[in-house]
Amino acid sequence: MSPETSVAATANGQASPAKLGEVLVDVRNLKMYFPITEGVMISRVVAQVKAVDGLSFHINKGETLGLVGESGCGKTTIGRCILQLENVTEGEIFYEGQDLTKLTQKEMSPVREKIQVIFQDPFSSLNPRMKIGDIIGEPIKVHGIIADKGEREKRVQELLSLCGLNPKFADRYPHEMSGGQRQRVGVARALALNPEFIICDEAVSALDVSIQAQVINLLEELRDEFELTYLFISHDLSVIRHICHRVAVMYLGHMVELAECDELYDNPLHPYTRALLAAVPIPDPTIEANRAHEVVKGEVPSPINPPSGCVFHPRCSLAVDSCSKDVPEFREIKPGHWVACSEV
Amino acid sequence: MVTLLEVENLKTQFFTSAGTVKAVDGISYTVDEGETVALVGESGCGKSVSALSILRLIPWPPGKIVGGHIKFDGIDLATLSEEEIRKIRGKEIAMVFQEPMTSLNPVLSINEQLSETLITHFGISKEEARTKALSLLEMVGISDPERRLDQYPHHLSGGMRQRVMIAMALSCEPKLIIADEPTTALDVTIQAQILELMKELTKNLGVSMIIITHNLGVVARYADRVNVMYAGKIIETGTAQDIYHNPQHPYTLALLNSIPRMDQPRQDKLDPVEGQPPDLTQLDDGCSFRYRCRYALDSCAKAFPDLEQVSDGHSAACFEKGRLQEPVKEVS
Repeated sequence: MSPETSVAATANGQASPAKLGEVLVDVRNLKMYFPITEGVMISRVVAQVKAVDGLSFHINKGETLGLVGESGCGKTTIGRCILQLENVTEGEIFYEGQDLTKLTQKEMSPVREKIQVIFQDPFSSLNPRMKIGDIIGEPIKVHGIIADKGEREKRVQELLSLCGLNPKFADRYPHEMSGGQRQRVGVARALALNPEFIICDEAVSALDVSIQAQVINLLEELRDEFELTYLFISHDLSVIRHICHRVAVMYLGHMVELAECDELYDNPLHPYTRALLAAVPIPDPTIEANRAHEVVKGEVPSPINPPSGCVFHPRCSLAVDSCSKDVPEFREIKPGHWVACSEV
Repeated sequence: MVTLLEVENLKTQFFTSAGTVKAVDGISYTVDEGETVALVGESGCGKSVSALSILRLIPWPPGKIVGGHIKFDGIDLATLSEEEIRKIRGKEIAMVFQEPMTSLNPVLSINEQLSETLITHFGISKEEARTKALSLLEMVGISDPERRLDQYPHHLSGGMRQRVMIAMALSCEPKLIIADEPTTALDVTIQAQILELMKELTKNLGVSMIIITHNLGVVARYADRVNVMYAGKIIETGTAQDIYHNPQHPYTLALLNSIPRMDQPRQDKLDPVEGQPPDLTQLDDGCSFRYRCRYALDSCAKAFPDLEQVSDGHSAACFEKGRLQEPVKEVS
């Protein structure tokens, strides 16, 4: 995206219908480039992976924003940028009006209490040598919320039962638990500091369908009970549709479409969104037999050397000559429905 | 329809220090010529082990086929010697694995990997094998196949690697392909490409396919018949229409109800299968699903129900299947 269009998108982003004061997270023109270096002694940057290339969006309080896209589209990087686990290349991330990109590690610490994350893999995100109770209790200890050990253990047990686990699990190790139970531990740990905002990065993707539904229900119950705001990152379009209020579709570091959940699924405008939705098999043989199975051609290009103009144009069925030259503006087609395509 | 594969009362067990794992516990099913049969179930239900058992790829120790017959084209694969089964593997029955990253050899070029099977089974020269490999890559839709032949797996994307796996599976014109979660590691748009390719090729070449997956959408789109597995047993079998529109086992019903659907209005709440799958070392004589079942009665603990026919070609293993339409009680 060229600087002009990025700025335009930002300006538009501010003009979107959300009332001021309702916005919890406001991301403006975010860019995250990872350098590729060469040379052992004197390393120099030979190329850049444009993981996130100039996008703007906001998340309202109490809202669940879905971020959907295929591997390598930059959805996880956005989550990591908000958490300040990456040094963003350009752009601002406002959390309750405070620009997180300007904060020092020390200043960031109180904000970290409010922003938590649930990771995808419940096997690698829990320390195998720590007891469940210590895993959940650690953030409470680190942030000095509850100093007394006994009180802390009580809180851990409270959190465990809140997440549908037996409080006795506090004395167990992760390997003694199933995938679904471990993911509940991940949820309990995220809740330990009473956060306002939770980034769920593929939080249910590694789970079997029957267990996945349990964890989705848990996340929804917690959202209602504690008025949580979620950024729900997933590649699973059915799950996103179920849990989210608004959905953003990403492709190769760009946001291609953003709309209210029902609007996006009932009336997808961007050719990529349409291709994604058409590619998801519906669990009903009758519907499947009568459905056209047009598949999008080709594969996702490398983010090191993305296509010129619209990044989707080499695979796009609507592409015209100008698509390879001009970067499409991320524009509001109807209230709340944003799309980056010149041919819509 | 001619039956190509008949699995009869197959039992595969793993003898571990934690006890005997009954991974596959007496399953029977058939695959007809030119048909696509799905094995569906969640992790640990034995669907992969049952497929590996067909090709006798269960490592001993700790695993072993302890009973049953696998009749393929008139031969019982379970009784063949190691030498004899090697002539079947890759030639008559080919396999496509889940993870194209780990199932291709990273230090061999694509040409070497494709040629190896061809040379082994047909005894042709290297040059002939290369020509054949080239046409195979073209068939599976790999662009610039001449250049790709001399590349290594790490040069290829996930989707392309899976295409190479399919080319390899088809190279000896097998009668049966076993695809174990062939698209689980791939993105949805690539998944659609690969599945359409597999469907087209199997149809054109008249190859039968066993597709193993946990994705109920994939099954609905591609399978003719479906076997639903739970804890090492097939608990329901039927056509895709039977399974999706008239499920007769509480587990099948619960599984279908637990997934968020894109074709239906959004629900307030999902309806999960409560509880956890059982520990396969601790199975008793009763129905293994009864702890999670909304229809379970005390009698379900006494014996494991047999697969009983509901209609032609549609069977379910549940004592209480007649009550599936009734309002349910909550599981304790």
